[in-house]
Amino acid sequence: MNAVLDNFDLVLRAFGYTVFLFLVSAVISLLLGTLLAAMRVGPVAVLRIFGTGYVTLVRNTPLVMIFLFFQLGAGKIFDWLRFSWVDIHIGPFDFTSFFSAAVAALSLYTAAFICEAIRAGVNAVPLGQAEAARAIGLPFSGVMSQVVLPQAFRASVPPLASTLIALLKNTSVAGVFGVIEAVGRMKGFTNDYADQRWGIFLAFAIGYVILVEIVSLVSTLIERRWKVA
Amino acid sequence: MRFIRTKAVVAGLGLALSLAACGDAGEDTEGADVEVAENAADEFDDGTRMKELAEAGSIKIGVKFDQPGLGFKDAASDVPTGFDVEMAKVLAADLGIDPETDVEWVETISDNREPFLQDKTVDLVLASYSITDERRQVVGQAGPYLVTGQQLLVTADSDISDVADVKGEEVCSVTGSTSLDNVEAEGAKPVGFDTYSECVEKVLDGTVQAMTTDGTILAGYAAQNEGELKVVGEEFSEERIGVGYSQDYPEMCQWIVDTITEAYEDGTYEEAFEATLGPSGVEVPELPEMDSCE
Repeated sequence: MNAVLDNFDLVLRAFGYTVFLFLVSAVISLLLGTLLAAMRVGPVAVLRIFGTGYVTLVRNTPLVMIFLFFQLGAGKIFDWLRFSWVDIHIGPFDFTSFFSAAVAALSLYTAAFICEAIRAGVNAVPLGQAEAARAIGLPFSGVMSQVVLPQAFRASVPPLASTLIALLKNTSVAGVFGVIEAVGRMKGFTNDYADQRWGIFLAFAIGYVILVEIVSLVSTLIERRWKVA
Repeated sequence: MRFIRTKAVVAGLGLALSLAACGDAGEDTEGADVEVAENAADEFDDGTRMKELAEAGSIKIGVKFDQPGLGFKDAASDVPTGFDVEMAKVLAADLGIDPETDVEWVETISDNREPFLQDKTVDLVLASYSITDERRQVVGQAGPYLVTGQQLLVTADSDISDVADVKGEEVCSVTGSTSLDNVEAEGAKPVGFDTYSECVEKVLDGTVQAMTTDGTILAGYAAQNEGELKVVGEEFSEERIGVGYSQDYPEMCQWIVDTITEAYEDGTYEEAFEATLGPSGVEVPELPEMDSCE
């Protein structure tokens, strides 16, 4: 445990990267997933097929493969996918090509699951709601944004929380793809302090438990707030 | 009739020869030929781990599978190659165990070397295993049999010439490795990947300025990508590579030291080094002074 306490600044910075990876990927994948869900339940056949195809392809691909693609493959096809144009430095954190590629991989992967969670919510909205919205003259975008999606999001909160918790833990894959986040740092510690292996494991496990608990707490609060009395 | 028979014989002979050629290619092993000791069990005192292993006639040795020159195994071969592997063969042969057939090679990555020794998944670890005080708390380490230091691998047209030049730059190495910690301590920003080859890829396409690890490994990659990559700078760390063994068998330490010293004196060490790390242009070093086993 001394290894962790003596290098606590490094531990905090590592979990900082975990949190940043999570937050940025969560926002992007929520937007993308909602868009995909709208495509999948929408009336346009081409978009529906695209949405279904995307979910099938991405959901069935291991996350590590997607990471490998973005870190080593994509840049060879399209130069901008090297993300060398990203160069942001905030305090002790550096957001460069490695962080960006990790965010791209995590967001595209998680978007497929978000899409399905939201689609489950949409399916839970009674058909009559959409029909009523159509009847008062709303276009499809209005039907979705004013009537269906607000109800769908409410029903989607529990599965969305699970997906986001999975995302939070999936950020650990970035540890072997260029971002020294919590697991990457932990590997460094267990290599340097072989005699304190258990303490190091325990400390990082507690870190993850705290982060996941925060996400579940937020989801419970939202669930309670959005509950229809 | 006679003609046909001649043709058949020729064809048969040709087939036999080509098969034999295949067989030869398969058996060809790089590295020094080590002589397997006979009746090795008699050499050791009763109750020692060496005697047990010699009597059992087999041993499990943990090596790296992904470090060209030190411990490397490609998908097609049964026995890994590299300097660590050659040293492991020397130790196995001293116990009367044939390294080609009776040694079980187990892949140990940096993370599982101590656990594998502690729970006896392997009997010995020779996996570019640097000797540190922290590790000696939990496992035994004999040696060092090799002292290396880390350097930088950069593109051929890079301005970086020393470790001072990478301050504030991103430098790639394997996640959780000592090399990555050292370069971070030198002021560089660490970027960790799973394997060295991914880092090489990142240096080649210019995403990172440099990668770092033991000079011997880097030299191998520079040789593979001649004209595109070069190794620069003085060694800025010292890694003392040793042999890991379980703390339950402290008697193994002196045996390891003696066996490797013997291999150095009879030339096997040099031969092994020439065959594995020699091609990357590294001179055969003197055997470092090994730590006392007391």
